[in-house]
Amino acid sequence: MTRVRFSLPLTALVFGYAFLYAPIAVLVAFSFNESRAVAVWGGFSWRWYGALLDNAPLLGAAWLSLEIAATSATAAVALGTLAAYAIVRYRRFPGRGLFAGLVLAPLVMPEVIVGLALLLLFVWLESWLGWPAGRSALTIGIAHTTLAIAYAAAVVRARLVQLDPDLTAAAADLGARPFAVFRSITLPLLAPALAAAWLLAFTLSLDDLVIASFVSGPGSSTLPLVVFSSVRLGVSPQINALATLFLVAVGSAIALAGILIYRRERRRLRPAD
Amino acid sequence: MIPSATANALRRALVVGPPYLWLLAFFVAPFAIVIAISLTDPAVRAPPYTPLLAADGAFQGDLDNYATVLGDSYYAAALLDSLRIAAVATFFCLLLGYPMAYAIARAAPAAKLALLLAVMLPFWTSFLIRVYAWIGLLNSNGHINEWLIALGVIEEPLALLYTDFAVYIGIVYAYLPFMVLPIFAVLERLDRALLDAAADLGARPWQAFVRVTLPLSFPGIAAGSLLVFIPAIGEFVIPELLGGSDFVMVGRVLWTEAFSNRDWPMAAAVAVALLVLVVAPVAWLDRKVAPKVMARP
Repeated sequence: MTRVRFSLPLTALVFGYAFLYAPIAVLVAFSFNESRAVAVWGGFSWRWYGALLDNAPLLGAAWLSLEIAATSATAAVALGTLAAYAIVRYRRFPGRGLFAGLVLAPLVMPEVIVGLALLLLFVWLESWLGWPAGRSALTIGIAHTTLAIAYAAAVVRARLVQLDPDLTAAAADLGARPFAVFRSITLPLLAPALAAAWLLAFTLSLDDLVIASFVSGPGSSTLPLVVFSSVRLGVSPQINALATLFLVAVGSAIALAGILIYRRERRRLRPAD
Repeated sequence: MIPSATANALRRALVVGPPYLWLLAFFVAPFAIVIAISLTDPAVRAPPYTPLLAADGAFQGDLDNYATVLGDSYYAAALLDSLRIAAVATFFCLLLGYPMAYAIARAAPAAKLALLLAVMLPFWTSFLIRVYAWIGLLNSNGHINEWLIALGVIEEPLALLYTDFAVYIGIVYAYLPFMVLPIFAVLERLDRALLDAAADLGARPWQAFVRVTLPLSFPGIAAGSLLVFIPAIGEFVIPELLGGSDFVMVGRVLWTEAFSNRDWPMAAAVAVALLVLVVAPVAWLDRKVAPKVMARP
C-alpha cells in the first residue's frame, strides 16, 4: 500500500476499521459524561464509575460470573484436551465418528437451542433423580463447560497435530511410560495452546447471556443477565462505565498477547540477522 | 517395551471416556429430551408438559406442535423472516468483509498481523456490549441523529433503532470477523504466479480478479458466509435489543414460548425446526468446503 491513489480495498479497510471501532470509542467517551443524556456532552466526570462501585447487585453478579467462568474454563480445558488427544492420537475406537462430530457440534449450534435443551434436561433430571436441585450456578457451570469443550478441543487439536510425533516416540523408546511421556513431553509443548484454550473458554463463559438465561435460577444472575435486564430499558451511563472497564481489561490482555506473538513472528521472519 | 493390549485399552478408555460421557450426558441427551418433549402438550404442573407415556405405558405423543410450526402463519413468518434477515445481513457482511480480507492479504507481512489482530480484537470483548453500543448510536436521541441534526442534514430524528436496518447493522458488526478470517486465509494462500500469468496473457487487473482471484476464493466466501449465516438465523440478542417489536425472528419466538408463554413443548418443536434450518448448510459446509479451507498449502 505504498501508492497513494484511490483503491477499493484500502477504502474498505479504513471504513471497516472505523465501523468496528467507532461505536466502541463513542461508548468509552460517553462513560465519562457528567450528564445522563445519551448523546449530549455535559462535561467530564468519573461519576458513573463511582456509582458502579456502589452497585452491590452488579458487583455480586460480576464476582459470580468470574467464579463460574474460571471453574467451567478449567473443566472444559481438561475435558477438551482429552477429547483432542483422543481424536488426534487414537485412529480407531468404538464410536470415534460420533465422538468427533460431538466435539465439533456445539461450535455451530444456535445458543437458544443449547439453552433450551439443557433447561429441559435439568428439569427432567430433577424430576427423576432430584438432582440438580433447581437451577443455580452449578447448572450454568455445566452448560458453559459443555459449550467450551468444543472450543478448547479445537484450539488444543490445532496444536497437537503440529507436534512432532518423533518426540514422543523417542521418549517411549528411551523407556518412558505413556503417562510420563504425556507429562514431560506433550504437556509442556501444549502449554501455550492450553493457556489460549482456557482464556477462550473463560471469555465465552463470561460473555454468555442466552444459555445462562435458560439455565440460571433465582440468586444465580450472572453479569450478562444483570447487564441485559438493564440495557433492555435503554442506554445507561453506568453500563457505559462497566463496558469501558471491561474493554480496558480485555484490551490490555489482548495487546500484551499480540505484542508477544508479533515479536516472535518478527524473529521467525528474520532468522538470518 | 510393549505395553499389554489390556493396559492400552484401559488407557484409551480413561482418555476418551470422560469427554465422551460428558458430551453424551449434556449434549446428546438434552436433544433426545427436546425431541421427546416436542411431542407432548403443555400442562399446568411441574414439569409443565404432559408425560410422553400414559400411566398404563401407552405412547401418547403426537405431531400437533409441528403441524402448528409449519401451518400457523406466525411461526412460518418467523422462520422465513429469520432466513431473510440472516441472508441479507450475510450479504452485507461479505460486501464489507471481502475487500477488507483482500487488503489485509495484500498488506506487508508485519502490518498483516496487526491488521488481523485489529479485526479480532472486538470479537474478544463482550458481545452484549458491542450490540448495546449501537443502541446509543441509533436511538432517536442518539449520537447519529444528534450529529445529523447538528450538521443540518435532517430536522427531525430518523427512526433508526428498532428497525430491520438496525438488526442488519448489529449482525454485520458482531460477525464481521467470521467473514474476514476465512476469506483472508484463502486469499493469503493464493498463488501470485496465477495472477502474473493472467497479466502476461493480457488480462487487465479487474479481469484477473474476476476470472482468477474471485473463483479461487470461493471456499473462503462460502465458509465465511456460513459462519455468519448460521448464528444469525438463531440470533436472539440482536433482534431483541435492536429490532422492532413488530417482526420476530425464530430465536425470539423460541424464547417467548419458553419464558413468557411457558409452553415448553412448543418451544421444543420450534427448536427442532430451527435445528433443521441450521443442519442443512452445516452438512454442506462439512462435505464441500471444509476440506478445501482446512487443507494445508
